[in-house]
Amino acid sequence: MSNTKFILGVYEDEDILLNAITNIRTAGVKIHEVYSPFPVHGIDDVLGYKRSKLSIVAFLFGVLGTSLALIMQIGMMGVDWPMIIGGKDFIPYPSFVPVIFELTVLLAAYGMCFTFFIVSDLKPWAKPRIFDLRITDDKHVMAIDLDQNKIDVAKIDKILKDNGASEVNQKTFDEA
Amino acid sequence: MSSESVIREPLITGGKTVHDVTEDISRRVEEKPTKLWMLAMTISLGLLAIGAYTVFLLLWHGVGMWGLNKTVGWAWDITNFVWWVGIGHAGTLISAILLLFRQRWRMSINRAAEAMTIFAVICALQFPILHTGRPWLAIYWMFPLPNTFGSLWVNFNSPLLWDVFAISTYFLVSLIFWYIGLIPDFATIRDRARNKISKSIYGALSFGWDGAAKTWSRYETVALVLAGLATPLVLSVHTIVSMDFATSVIPGWHTTIFPPYFVAGAIFSGFAMVLTLMIVTRKVYKLEDYITIQHLEMMNIVIIITGSIVGVAYLTELFIAWYSGVEAEQYAFLNRATGPYWWAYAAMMTCNVVSPQLFWFKRIRTNIAATFVLSIVVNIGMWFERFVIIVTSLHRDFLPSSWAMFYPTFVDVGVYVFTFGLFFTCFFLFAKFFPVINMAEVKSIIKTTGEKAK
Repeated sequence: MSNTKFILGVYEDEDILLNAITNIRTAGVKIHEVYSPFPVHGIDDVLGYKRSKLSIVAFLFGVLGTSLALIMQIGMMGVDWPMIIGGKDFIPYPSFVPVIFELTVLLAAYGMCFTFFIVSDLKPWAKPRIFDLRITDDKHVMAIDLDQNKIDVAKIDKILKDNGASEVNQKTFDEA
Repeated sequence: MSSESVIREPLITGGKTVHDVTEDISRRVEEKPTKLWMLAMTISLGLLAIGAYTVFLLLWHGVGMWGLNKTVGWAWDITNFVWWVGIGHAGTLISAILLLFRQRWRMSINRAAEAMTIFAVICALQFPILHTGRPWLAIYWMFPLPNTFGSLWVNFNSPLLWDVFAISTYFLVSLIFWYIGLIPDFATIRDRARNKISKSIYGALSFGWDGAAKTWSRYETVALVLAGLATPLVLSVHTIVSMDFATSVIPGWHTTIFPPYFVAGAIFSGFAMVLTLMIVTRKVYKLEDYITIQHLEMMNIVIIITGSIVGVAYLTELFIAWYSGVEAEQYAFLNRATGPYWWAYAAMMTCNVVSPQLFWFKRIRTNIAATFVLSIVVNIGMWFERFVIIVTSLHRDFLPSSWAMFYPTFVDVGVYVFTFGLFFTCFFLFAKFFPVINMAEVKSIIKTTGEKAK
């Protein structure tokens, strides 16, 4: 990649922002991404994002946890070293319930969270593109990639301003 | 878009704007440590050092340094363990169950409550680890690891082993839940940082968070699913702790009421500890606009409910002991209430059953000083509850010739002091270097429930 140039619309209020997103998208401008200091309710719908599949990931990891817990306990107690404890079966299923439950929860939680870190590129050594330092304070920033839009800069500028942007800036990222 | 009835009291007072939230919370991380903080830290480290000396004595000479005898083989160590685990229940309850119930008042207190949970569980973990006498080998005794003893595995029939899995899972899941919530706030501090060192430290801690709508959308899914997973987890932890007792055949322990009764007691003591800490933090950090009287009142209501459940459980135990017709069971409870440990039973009943009923009066539950005192009383009561259950059930053994009393040694006390030192050292470090209130979540409700919106 070479230089990537963005036009940034800065918004103060989440309701104005949501309106602006709808209007700008209908005007045919492609939005690169919107950055917010807090989760804005309903923003995924107006941006056209699909619901995250992370809950399915959690379920699958949970199934993995259940299976591993069963295999581990049956293998250790029933196959590798069978022992009579308190006159119970070699494979006492009721006794296995707590460990099955805990490992299911553990694997579901960690599997989902690490998948989230990977798909969202969250890692301690990440170098994020910071469009505006105030994004993590109190400003919502709409970033529009100029390469993706064949519209004139001045026109985008006007659309953003007409839809309530408090300021419009430009930012170029020099990326190798 | 969400809106809320104007009749409801605002959750955040003082007409705060989104920017004010950033300022008020981040300022505490950015400012130089105050003299008060230094003093508090010195005291905690002092306790930690005194405690560490007794831990050293314990490991050097062995578990015989504790006051246990052959009749009372479980006493302070397990009492303290259960007490700390119980305290560690509030944080995840607040962030998980109250999230599922969409209780917005949780947002101002969940960060500190979760931190407290994690530190309390760390303190609890000291006891099972230290009681092995040789903690460096404990990992082989506690976890199913391949070993050189002819692959001799741990016993999955044992509730003590279930406990190992329950507590470690609870700790790890609470930790990641807390950390994911911290990521956006670390990013706020990163973007405000003026010097290179804090920029790079908070930069690494924030995992390169940029606030993208896509990431927020995934973040919300993750938070919701984690809450769904953590809710049964919170309830399972103290259920399994109670099975350490309930699956035995000792009169006084062998009761089916234990799991719900222990869970209610855990939430009860956890909320009390959250109140103790939040009232101080709120005052020192001037967070009165974020943690309002309404927040304290809500927590006090949870205390009345769980305290009453605990009270009903105590009475049910007495009734069932009588109604069962089992003499050993009847004696165990008669001995608890009127035997040589009657004072511990009386302390438990007063602190846990009588004192929280004072919160029925609105004037008391909205009074900060009264709440503070009662929150400490509740935790004293909950310590006595575990002591009563454990020691009074054991000290009158099956043979009258082996009846005994338990006297703690200074090592028993010292190890308890050690965990206090550890807890407060962790908490003060957290209060100084981490944002004590979840800024991102509070910002998201400013518009609908802040004072300006009303």
